[in-house]
Amino acid sequence: MKSHSSAWLAVVMSALLFAGCSSTGTKDDAGASIEDRGASGAMTSGVGAGGTWSGNPLDNPNSLLYTKTIYFDFDQSSIRSEFIDVLRAHAAYLNSNRSSSVVIEGHADERGSREYNIGLGERRANAVKSFLEAEGVADSQLNTISYGEERPASLGHDEVSWAENRRGVLVY
Amino acid sequence: MKRLLLLVLCVGLYLPAQASTLTIEITQGLEGALPIAVVPFAWRGDAAAPPPHEVGGVVSADLQRSGRFKPLPTSQMLARPTRGEEVDFRDWRALNVENLVVGEVSPNGPGGYLVRFYLYDVFRGEQVTGYSLPTTARDLRATAHHIADIIYETLTGQPGAFATRIAYVTSERSGKDKKEKVELRIADADGYGPQTIVSSTEPIMSPAWSPDGRQIAYVSFENAQPSIWVQELLTGKREKLTSFKGINGAPAWSPDGRFLALTLSKDGNPDIFVMDIARRSLRALTRHGAIDTEPAWAPDGKSLVFTSDRGGSPQIYKVSVSGGEASRVSFEGSYNARASFAPDGRMLTMVTRVDGQYRIATLDLATRDYRVMSNGRLDESPSFAPNGSMIIYATRVNDKGVLAAVSTDGRVQQRLRLQEGDVREPVWSPYHQQDRSR
Repeated sequence: MKSHSSAWLAVVMSALLFAGCSSTGTKDDAGASIEDRGASGAMTSGVGAGGTWSGNPLDNPNSLLYTKTIYFDFDQSSIRSEFIDVLRAHAAYLNSNRSSSVVIEGHADERGSREYNIGLGERRANAVKSFLEAEGVADSQLNTISYGEERPASLGHDEVSWAENRRGVLVY
Repeated sequence: MKRLLLLVLCVGLYLPAQASTLTIEITQGLEGALPIAVVPFAWRGDAAAPPPHEVGGVVSADLQRSGRFKPLPTSQMLARPTRGEEVDFRDWRALNVENLVVGEVSPNGPGGYLVRFYLYDVFRGEQVTGYSLPTTARDLRATAHHIADIIYETLTGQPGAFATRIAYVTSERSGKDKKEKVELRIADADGYGPQTIVSSTEPIMSPAWSPDGRQIAYVSFENAQPSIWVQELLTGKREKLTSFKGINGAPAWSPDGRFLALTLSKDGNPDIFVMDIARRSLRALTRHGAIDTEPAWAPDGKSLVFTSDRGGSPQIYKVSVSGGEASRVSFEGSYNARASFAPDGRMLTMVTRVDGQYRIATLDLATRDYRVMSNGRLDESPSFAPNGSMIIYATRVNDKGVLAAVSTDGRVQQRLRLQEGDVREPVWSPYHQQDRSR
């Protein structure tokens, strides 16, 4: 419990560094915090007040870890520079929590053929996986699945929706 | 492509509760179609208990959808003969009808019918052919499609493909959270009688008919893992064929039904594999760092085409069934994918990109003639009818996924529209339908 707690603090600190924001996070007991989280709404109001965050760091809106979706350019699978800090935060979290694992979903927009888009989605998921591995995350913590164009986040059929659908999603 | 709204035919088909109504519109074509008249078939039994379908109407709609025939509307008929001795050819010559079909349906034992029809050459004043076909209430539409096949073959010299079916995937979202329900369905080639064979809240993809038409392979994401399943249509019994780590996709049966080509990324990258279905043994057909997917067998079973972006953008490549070096097949356009062969093996149909729009193209393998056959923005999943006369594909109309078909000569365009939900990934069945599940 103690080591988990300090690891968590380290992540929060690094996340704060990346985010450059001023809120602080404290946590005494992981079990209790989970109970807090379950007790409807306490988590959200605490953050809204800019005060103490006592929930799961993955759910902290002020943390880079809160961002679990990154976006890709058309027909591309390279990580855009704006998402590098987000992925580094997730790598730090996974490195500090070796028992936790994540499924990386790869998605494509609806243009073109469906099975090729499955391939493209996998390429995106693998790009995220490779990035996290390069940051030291163990292979055993990472799983990938490609949904291609089958699970759109946005149901439109225009450039805006397509940009929202070309994505990688980290599912803890 | 000229867009002639020469004819709009809307066939609202009555279906039992739960099934969606499908509408077929011919949106372009019928220049040079053969004028024919199909007189409504007479019912010789109890007037209070007519057969469930009007056979002549089904035959007429089939012939019309092929684009090769222009049936005379019943309202313009000067007479409605139902037997040879009632035919006066002068009535039909006056209307410039070249061929005439008349027929009748008689009771034939409990639950049975006997359908008789005659095809006439109006100008010669002769019977061309005539058949007497026993059937049942359940198979009455199949019999009507069979009659349309006989007429089509007699008059065009090519086999008809009316007594076939299509498989397709539907998606409906309902409720506040827009929860998706995905179904794999099978309907007659005219859209009648859709039946759901798989229903899931997770994606279902890439249905593929076995060559005998008795089984369908597909990809299902149930349990958050893509797997390839093979399902027997008659019984609904199914079996999981592959569930490797990574992609399990794009199943395609070999023409002899013994092998399944598929895409697996278990070794780190999507490659084409061939599975011996009986032995469950796998053999890699491609080994390349690019995306290799969407295999399709040549009708002779000796080679396959597939999509690969090994050259930068997705293009169609060909590889021998024994493996070895793949050669590029498509050169026109910056995007070509999901190719499949015409039944005679001379032509491919595929998805192509034209000015940023995704459309259906054909590629003649001998002459290299490349033709864009559709005019949508997001057209995909083309598949030939088993007689090669039509290509069915998925398109979008008013933000809704619908099925469309184009005649292989490009003259006739039609749309098949379901009442509810998005429809996609149509695949035309092969000819041999030894078992019908209805």
